[in-house]
Amino acid sequence: MTQSEKATAAADEAPTASYPLIDAKTVVGWGVDADPENDPTWPIRDRSRDDGPGANWTPPSAQVAGVEILQSVEYGRRPAVVGESTPPAGLSGLMRRAAFRFSEGQWGHWLLLMGADRVNTVEGLFQDVGRGRIPNPLVEMGFVKYERRHEAALATAAVMGIAVAGVVLLNRRRRHLSL
Amino acid sequence: MLAMDYRGPRRVRIEHKPMPVIQHPRDAVVRVTRSCICGSDLHLYHGMVPDTRVGMTFGHEFCGVVEEVGPEVENLKRGDRVLVPFNIACGQCHFCKQGLFGNCHEANPQSTAVGGIFGYSHTAGGYDGGQAEYVRVPYADFGPTRIPDWMDPDDAVLLTDVVPTGYQAAEMGGIQKGDTVVVFGAGPVGLMAARCAWLFGAGRVIVIDHVEYRLEFARTYCPAEVYDFREIGDPVVFLKKITEIGADVCIDAVGADASGNAWHTLFGKKLKLEAGNATPLAWAINSVKKGGVVSIVGVYGPTGNMIPIGNVVNKGVTLRANQASVKRLLPRLVDHVQAGRIDPKGLITHRVPLEDVAEAYHLFSSKLDGCIKPILIPNAA
Repeated sequence: MTQSEKATAAADEAPTASYPLIDAKTVVGWGVDADPENDPTWPIRDRSRDDGPGANWTPPSAQVAGVEILQSVEYGRRPAVVGESTPPAGLSGLMRRAAFRFSEGQWGHWLLLMGADRVNTVEGLFQDVGRGRIPNPLVEMGFVKYERRHEAALATAAVMGIAVAGVVLLNRRRRHLSL
Repeated sequence: MLAMDYRGPRRVRIEHKPMPVIQHPRDAVVRVTRSCICGSDLHLYHGMVPDTRVGMTFGHEFCGVVEEVGPEVENLKRGDRVLVPFNIACGQCHFCKQGLFGNCHEANPQSTAVGGIFGYSHTAGGYDGGQAEYVRVPYADFGPTRIPDWMDPDDAVLLTDVVPTGYQAAEMGGIQKGDTVVVFGAGPVGLMAARCAWLFGAGRVIVIDHVEYRLEFARTYCPAEVYDFREIGDPVVFLKKITEIGADVCIDAVGADASGNAWHTLFGKKLKLEAGNATPLAWAINSVKKGGVVSIVGVYGPTGNMIPIGNVVNKGVTLRANQASVKRLLPRLVDHVQAGRIDPKGLITHRVPLEDVAEAYHLFSSKLDGCIKPILIPNAA
């Protein structure tokens, strides 16, 4: 059976357009926001406050960044606020600086950044070791605690199961003996 | 303070990091009381988003208590309970003036295409995120919203991203009364998109996924007709058959981490030569009716994907997409929560101490224990 045949067979079993599964009017809140004039751009874009072409607003006061900030070449000036998390450093930093010579429309920009991310992961391991810390990927991947919690639950269930089975067997034996 | 620390693909841990400080007059520092792991955090976790640097703290869905404010923040004070939209927005640039708060031009030097987002790589501005005890919040005089006294913090934290993103997915669909809406993906955003489709008057809501427990959840939570794409053959043929002419609106609520096509998995997820696996987007384009609308809120990388763009032209499909404009939508969504039309905290399946962040990522990423939405709770919350 092809995927299309399978789909057709499945559709034969499903509700139809004329007889849907759920009566819409029974759903709480149905239609309260219905808007027959929902325009393709409004209200996503409110044109009533359109201030014409170009960047002609008064910018907020600029944050003085304490770390190196990489900036898209597509900006005329730096936006007023910036995030100062994890500035570029090391080999990955060199790759990131190179990436920002390309515009956002060029694949080289993004592929260099993706490459830098992979290099940065390895740098992170060396960084840990340099600080006297042995990275533990199993813990960082959430396996250890999850498995431990489930092992504990499993062990508890097993003990309880054995206890219940023991009580049942004991009762049966008592009954058998009393007969 | 304790904070999540990214060490490379699929490796995160808890780490002591310096307390965030005020770096701009419009900043605040917020003590985090709840933060979530988002499906789009998994794209970072899986190493799919360029410029995700080792040592960064993720987390763009969080709420908390204001600890300190900069000299230009006059509308918030220490002790205020706030939910913080995932977009960092100045409120005064060309795009913010148009309500496009997810596209602010004053928050991300690394990219003109992407707005500033907390804890979402340097491609989204290089800001540390809220999977931590404390977080720096730029433009605190604009973004953060006080949490109403009656609101549960578990509801509040989901109003920072999941609910507005799901709602905007339905809104962008331009759903009219009686429309058939197909949502690809039964993750938290897909579930919310399906729920919100009814609010716009959908006549029929269908959810497609392959994770059984999530489809079961969708069946009652949304509520929706649900189908496992592994059991219906070619999903496009199936949807055409059961809708007769195609769906009015299709929503891609999956993004880069999708399954369902070996080719896209190889090129997009393993070799990373595409910006993730765009299978649900291809299905959406092919199964929407002629003249229909495809709404995209699934997150993809910034490079490119193979999708049937020729069919978009031939069918006259309208593609709509954006990061949710959280600040714009919040007043309406708060009303919906208060009126009981939306139950955000109903999505939460796991509450995990911040210290166990590695386990929480593993659970969510591997879809273990029926996990739909895990939230992280710092000790000091």
